[in-house]
Amino acid sequence: MAQLILNHLSKDFGTGKPAVTGVSLKIREGGFLALLGPSGCGKTTVLRMIAGFEQPSDGEIFLGEWRLADVNAMVPPEKRNMAMVFQSYALWPHMSVADNVGYPLKVRGLSRDARDRKIREALEAVRLDAYADRRPADLSGGQRQRVALARCLVTDPDVVLLDEPLANLDRHLRQEMEETFREFHARSGATMIYVTHDQAEAMALATDVAVMAEGKLLQVAPPQEIYARPEGRIVGGLIGQGAILKLPWPVSGDRALEWPALQPSFVPKPGAHLADVLVRPQDVVFSDEGLDVVVEAAVFEGERHALRLRLADDQTLRAFSRRTVAVGDRIRVVIRSAWRL
Amino acid sequence: MPRFLTLGNSQPRWLFPFVLTVLFLLSVLPLGRLAVTGILSLVRGGGDGLLSDPGLWAALWNTLTTSFYGMLVSVLIGGSFALLLTLFDIRGKWILGFLFMLPMMIPPQVTALSWVGLTGPSSTLLKAIGMAPPLGSPQPLYSIGGIALLLGVQNAPLVYLALRAGLLALPRDGIEAARLSGASALQVLRDIILPLALPGFAAGAAMAFVSNVGNFGIPAILGIPASIYTLPTLIYAKFASFGPSTFADISLLSGLIALLSVAGLLIEERVLRGRDYRIIGLSGRTAVFQLKGWRAVSEILLWLVLLLILILPFAALVASSLAPAYGVPLNLKTATTHAYEEVLLRQSVTQTAFRNSIGLSLATAFGLLLVTVLMGYVVARSGRRLAALIGALADIPYALPGIVLAVACILLFAAPLPVFGVSIYGTIWILLFAYFSSFLAVSLRPIASAFRQLDPSLEEAARLAGAGFARRMRDILVPLIAPAAGAAVILVFLIACNELTVSALLWSAGTQTLGVAIYNLDDSGSFNLASALSVLVVGMVVVMMFLLELLANRLPKGVVPWRS
Repeated sequence: MAQLILNHLSKDFGTGKPAVTGVSLKIREGGFLALLGPSGCGKTTVLRMIAGFEQPSDGEIFLGEWRLADVNAMVPPEKRNMAMVFQSYALWPHMSVADNVGYPLKVRGLSRDARDRKIREALEAVRLDAYADRRPADLSGGQRQRVALARCLVTDPDVVLLDEPLANLDRHLRQEMEETFREFHARSGATMIYVTHDQAEAMALATDVAVMAEGKLLQVAPPQEIYARPEGRIVGGLIGQGAILKLPWPVSGDRALEWPALQPSFVPKPGAHLADVLVRPQDVVFSDEGLDVVVEAAVFEGERHALRLRLADDQTLRAFSRRTVAVGDRIRVVIRSAWRL
Repeated sequence: MPRFLTLGNSQPRWLFPFVLTVLFLLSVLPLGRLAVTGILSLVRGGGDGLLSDPGLWAALWNTLTTSFYGMLVSVLIGGSFALLLTLFDIRGKWILGFLFMLPMMIPPQVTALSWVGLTGPSSTLLKAIGMAPPLGSPQPLYSIGGIALLLGVQNAPLVYLALRAGLLALPRDGIEAARLSGASALQVLRDIILPLALPGFAAGAAMAFVSNVGNFGIPAILGIPASIYTLPTLIYAKFASFGPSTFADISLLSGLIALLSVAGLLIEERVLRGRDYRIIGLSGRTAVFQLKGWRAVSEILLWLVLLLILILPFAALVASSLAPAYGVPLNLKTATTHAYEEVLLRQSVTQTAFRNSIGLSLATAFGLLLVTVLMGYVVARSGRRLAALIGALADIPYALPGIVLAVACILLFAAPLPVFGVSIYGTIWILLFAYFSSFLAVSLRPIASAFRQLDPSLEEAARLAGAGFARRMRDILVPLIAPAAGAAVILVFLIACNELTVSALLWSAGTQTLGVAIYNLDDSGSFNLASALSVLVVGMVVVMMFLLELLANRLPKGVVPWRS
């Protein structure tokens, strides 16, 4: 096993707009990378290039020293020792669960006994040993997902790719499957790349999160880091539920500011340079000495009320509240901290 | 460390060139040869003799009139069946639909024979019930009207299918919305359903017209005895009286048929182009209208039509096959299975025909399967334009009337093969080649649509599992498209076994097929033997259709031609 390196990877399908432009990434051995981005941002194309289903139109892919693909040539997927969980699971409907899981071993020419043992182990690991003789059609969505995972487990792959594997499952099952993925990662030690558009999923699972938009890689960092220090408007809007304000930023070099330093920014200064500032809802608190705001919307979410507030200059803030407020109420809030994007 | 391959898609290098070569051999080469000969003989003035021949213009006129009136009959019968069976609460829809589809799959010369047995002075059936017209009165079907009527019956299922497909695609919520806005059932039918179904009607009519233009079996049996020639039968006659200008003449004649067909196909394509209404709303089960008091009347009418166009002619065919000799009245005492023993056990001509037809059909069905599995894979995996090109090249030889393809094969193989120096002309191999070319589309359609329905990730998962092309084909892809492959084999076998038009021009002593044998037996006056052979063929058709019906639920939509 070795580090997976994407070097200035690009893909142009000839549609006028490249799907992926200049993505460079190093995924450490045994790492769990989430590729996060809105649909159509090119994340699945990156995954398919890593798998070998698409050839890059520029750049290279390395697994350690081994050059997997460049513009001129590539190692076909069947030689890469990778495995993938597809969004549609891609189980072969004409084979039993055990045959599905054992097929990669059969292709590698393992003996019947060795194969059966490995199949049993893999099915036990996903708690499906009782279903070995069933057909995929007889299983529920979550069970199919686990069969697909077991199929990845049997061959000890170097890299495991997951293409929005939870997109077709209901919310309850998602949490259970997230747990299974974590276990799977710990057990296999394989490098895993997980494509998703759901930031909560990415945060919960990955050791690193890579954010993509419009074919470009915007930021790669561990979840806590990317949450605390997002780079740029797009990442800031994608991670957490913050509001982005345009404020005249004080001259200090600091990117994180607290209320006393922030307060002067809310006094109108014509002609001042405006910066994008991210304010997370949990940092907006009620306080009599703060800003005057009008409640534009209030939605009861169960554990709290989610509010949309309008500032004096018509910009919008988000906040949480434990007590009921009515739409149209005038209240005062302070911003405990904010982050310049 | 594995090799560093250039070919990322890991399809074997030979696959795409192989598919193109097959298409070139089966489609481009014969039709190109026909076009070249046709154009050359026009340029050299070879057409002058033909064009000044009044026989040509008479045949063209006959072709146009029989095709047009036949189309009207098809639209009338097929249209009413489609409307009644799709939109109204008729009982026994399945059996009515299945029986109504039969004429399409029964070979045309058998249809013609059965109707000849039904009407006219020598009808065994009419004699048995004492209603035959006096001897010496003319057979009413040996006329333009007779040919048109039978063409209409034969191709009514085409109109039925096209219209039904259009009706089934109607947005149901659109109909419900019209009802909610206060329209009565009749107004909905008049203002919503019929306007939306009109393109289906027109497309079905165009298909019926094209099919009529190229039909050989019906005008051959009904027209030739009365010296009424259509373009296909004129080609046959010219070919039978072989002369120095034959090649030039038949290439021009078949070019003329091809032009008429292409005109019809273009009309069809044009009216179908803008009719994808499905995207607008949920389509599904079309609203069923209540016929109330009219239901029984409609059902009786439908069965009456079936009785007239299917059951009675077939009964006449059975009656003729059981009659001891031509003109002898049939009753329980005189009935004999002599004709069946004759065709099955004694006559070497019919036995050879059985062997040839079944052998050719099996070889075509399975041989084409090998080709079309690979071709279907390529179609499903390539871009839209390339897939459309492959589909079109495969379709053309099937869409054009069989007589055109037969002439093309004659021109192509009249001279010995270039490298080998042997001629396959007059052997069974030219028939096999023509069948391959003609039925490529029949085999390709179900398989390509099965491949297209397959989630590509199923193959990708197999690739990541390490399986190479041959391995994936064997373990994953072929098992998944097996039902469609089965349907393709049965369909090709069914159509090839009943084929007459292509083999009528290409057969020679020892290579006659079932279609040719039926035609020749009738031509030589052995009407009861021809009938017996026809009954056997119809039985075979029905059995095959049942087999497909059993497979139907496991097949992609549109594979079984009589189910929509």
